[in-house]
Amino acid sequence: MTVEIPKETWAGSVRTVTFGATASEGGTRARSLTVGGQKTLPFLHFEHETPHPPLVAIEIKDRRPDDWSPLLLEAWGEAANDPASWAKAAEAAGADVLVLALSLNDADGQPTTPEAAAAATQAVLKASGLPLMVFGPGQAEVDNVLLVAVAEATKGERLVLGICEDKNYRTIVATAMANGHLITARTPMDVNLAKQLNILIKDMGLPLDRILMDPTTGALGYGIEYGYSVMERLRLAALQGDGMTQMPMIVTPGFEAWKTKEAKVGQDVPAAWGEWRERGIAWETLTAVALIESGADIVVLRHPESVTRLHQAIQSLMALPELA
Amino acid sequence: MALTGIQIYKLLPQTNCKDCGFPTCLAFAMKLAAKQVELSSCPHVNDAAKAQLAEASEPPVRLISVKSNGYDVQAGNEVVLFRHEKTFYHKPGVFLRVRDDESPETIKAEITEAAGFQVNYVGRDLVLDGFAVEAVTGDVNKFTAAIAAVRDVTHRPIILMSHDPAHISAGLRLLDGEHPLICGADANNWATMGDLAKQHGAALVVVADTLDGLTDLAEKLKDKGINDLVLAPTTHHLGTTLTLNTQIRRLALKKNFRPLGYPIMTLASHAPDPAYEAMLAAQAIAKYAGFIVLGHFQPEVVYPLLVLRENIYTDPQKPIQVKPGLYEINNPKADDPVLVTTNFSITYFSVANEVEGSGLPAWLLVTDAEGMSVLTAWAAGKFDAERIAKAVKEFGVADKVSRKRIVIPGHVALLSGELEEELPGWEIRVGPREAVDIPAFMKQVLT
Ligand code: B12
Ligand code: SF4
Repeated sequence: MTVEIPKETWAGSVRTVTFGATASEGGTRARSLTVGGQKTLPFLHFEHETPHPPLVAIEIKDRRPDDWSPLLLEAWGEAANDPASWAKAAEAAGADVLVLALSLNDADGQPTTPEAAAAATQAVLKASGLPLMVFGPGQAEVDNVLLVAVAEATKGERLVLGICEDKNYRTIVATAMANGHLITARTPMDVNLAKQLNILIKDMGLPLDRILMDPTTGALGYGIEYGYSVMERLRLAALQGDGMTQMPMIVTPGFEAWKTKEAKVGQDVPAAWGEWRERGIAWETLTAVALIESGADIVVLRHPESVTRLHQAIQSLMALPELA
Repeated sequence: MALTGIQIYKLLPQTNCKDCGFPTCLAFAMKLAAKQVELSSCPHVNDAAKAQLAEASEPPVRLISVKSNGYDVQAGNEVVLFRHEKTFYHKPGVFLRVRDDESPETIKAEITEAAGFQVNYVGRDLVLDGFAVEAVTGDVNKFTAAIAAVRDVTHRPIILMSHDPAHISAGLRLLDGEHPLICGADANNWATMGDLAKQHGAALVVVADTLDGLTDLAEKLKDKGINDLVLAPTTHHLGTTLTLNTQIRRLALKKNFRPLGYPIMTLASHAPDPAYEAMLAAQAIAKYAGFIVLGHFQPEVVYPLLVLRENIYTDPQKPIQVKPGLYEINNPKADDPVLVTTNFSITYFSVANEVEGSGLPAWLLVTDAEGMSVLTAWAAGKFDAERIAKAVKEFGVADKVSRKRIVIPGHVALLSGELEEELPGWEIRVGPREAVDIPAFMKQVLT
């Protein structure tokens, strides 16, 4: 007998968002990238084709970080000493996109200046032709000052500026509008908060195809189940036609996974935790795999080996199933 | 899928004879749909209707058990496609495969390590559920020797993997009295395999590469009276597995399609390399597998997989929590420090494990934050100076300590001012932000 395959028909679809401007588009990127456009749940090609694969971003810093897992610093080696060489190394490691995460302080403990932030961004743009996202250190006032400087110095590049939260989206959105950039909007794991922030940003006049949303995730073992389900719910709402949930989703499993003790610490841990390096990479990779299954369009990672593995997974998931 | 009252009514005699104690057949049907009465209360239903009603009341995904002395690994009985719709109920059983081309000594060594594997996650001990023995040599004696080697080390349930009924028969005889899982039945051997499964009360895995193939086998076996089945699509490709698993679960739940109303098995063991195997197993946990077979034992990979399984199968309505109270770690005395945290399990255990690991004594005051993490609870107004002060009083902390000193999590440093007001006479200390840094903080700062 032939089984009739149950297909869902959805009223809505995920918006397509394109970032990174090439020379002909007024920027300097080697190419631009597009995410979104799905008319079905992740990788269900039997219902509808998936026009754009999820992207793997690598997070780099404007200086050698002091609180990263030694495993990460070992993997990046000397390259992590300055943002330009780190950008090159990340490109070589297979990044689709770069995320430059600005530090709160410079190596001497002085607050990062707007000039330094802009210079680091310029250096990364020069070193690599990949589309770029720039995230502030995560403190509302500091983020505002640094990101405005970055946005102005890179007008027309179609960067993604982050991270807009309810307390500080205005300045970042305004500078993105003025300088032709995009933004990412983060809310703490809640469908309604995500919608609300998208509405506030839209009301400021930023076109919807310049918004990515970050519903926030936790790492494996540290709250991933909340992020996973909120993403599934957001994606279902988008497909059901709720316009304020139709932004492509970006999440930061690298940041979350490498914060955990399992990834960070190699000594004085239970023997059953096994080998440290592989454990850290597995923690990051498996967190990220679960998230692309629940709807992530961009995952931001930290370890080069995890990037290779995610690409392998995405390639398999994007291939049309080999159904005999 | 449950029938509605109207659907049930159509199967009843519709005579309104009242023998069931209800005024009409429709009233009885409504009660039946609401599961408030038993069908047996109506003496007049015919056998055909009975069978139909019984079938309709079966769960859409049949519950399957794999048992051995004292162990019972269950899968099935799931009712939703997305965990937020209700919850996922039966965690997929994770089995490790060994092959009969390995020597019994090698197998014993590997199984000893894997069977002894145990890791604690938020107070729960995570272990592997069982083992699979795969026939690859074609030699029945090697197969039974491999099974015997596993049984020498562990009593956990076993999956017998061979498509040769002679192998399976020998394996079943060796495991007499247990209920192993047989993997499995294919287009050629299904009849004999079905007989063996029936004879030994074992569940049977049907193996095919398409839905049509799985359906066909499941129907034939059902006609033979074999009800305990598991479905194993042969693929080990991430995309194909996702597609087939989703289609099977949807057909079972939304179409009440009986031939595919069984747990799914994912053979991650057949993946091309260990890294891909781990990703396939992770996907299988999230996307509908009831049994997962791994090919490699790497504790550093099994640990995150088992944690992911805990996470995905947590009831979304209830965060896992511990009881609020004053916990003693490493036998604290009156002058040892008091650390305060919330009653979210993940939070409590990350702090408690660090303090315990430091070897230093401390009191751990766990406040009732309704099962939320430090920052979540703080943002929700469930972890503030007032609540901490209340917990200090409620659990009689002042009677236990001579030195009134309390350490708050670094993430809520800004509570220290208010807490000083709430707890006059107490010294308020701000600890590190992350639990990992607690031992160093206790050694260097809290002396
Ligand atoms: C999972 C999560 C949730 C889950 C709840 C999980 C739970 N049961 O608590 C859900 C989705 C329900 C949720 C809800 C909300 N959340 Co929330 N959530 C998170 C998330 C992603 C992870 C939290 C977590 O589990 N961490 C792991 C645990 C172990 O961390 P922890 O408790 O802090 O413990 C660590 C340290 O504090 C330290 N520690 C703990 N105790 C002690 C004690 C001492 C003495 C010391 C020294 C150290 C120490 O050790 C631990 C390990 O290092 C965080 C963001 C993030 N990635 O961190 C946001 C986050 C905490 N949430 C936030 C918010 C705002 C909310 C909401 C108010 C918003 C909303 N969604 O409506 C609600 C509030 C809940 C409500 N009203 O019901 C914000 C808080 C912002 C802020 N700084 O104030 C965060 C930071 C996200 C963000 N960036 O905006 N959240
Ligand atoms: S006993 Fe049966 S036939 Fe009679 S009223 Fe009740 S349901 Fe109807």
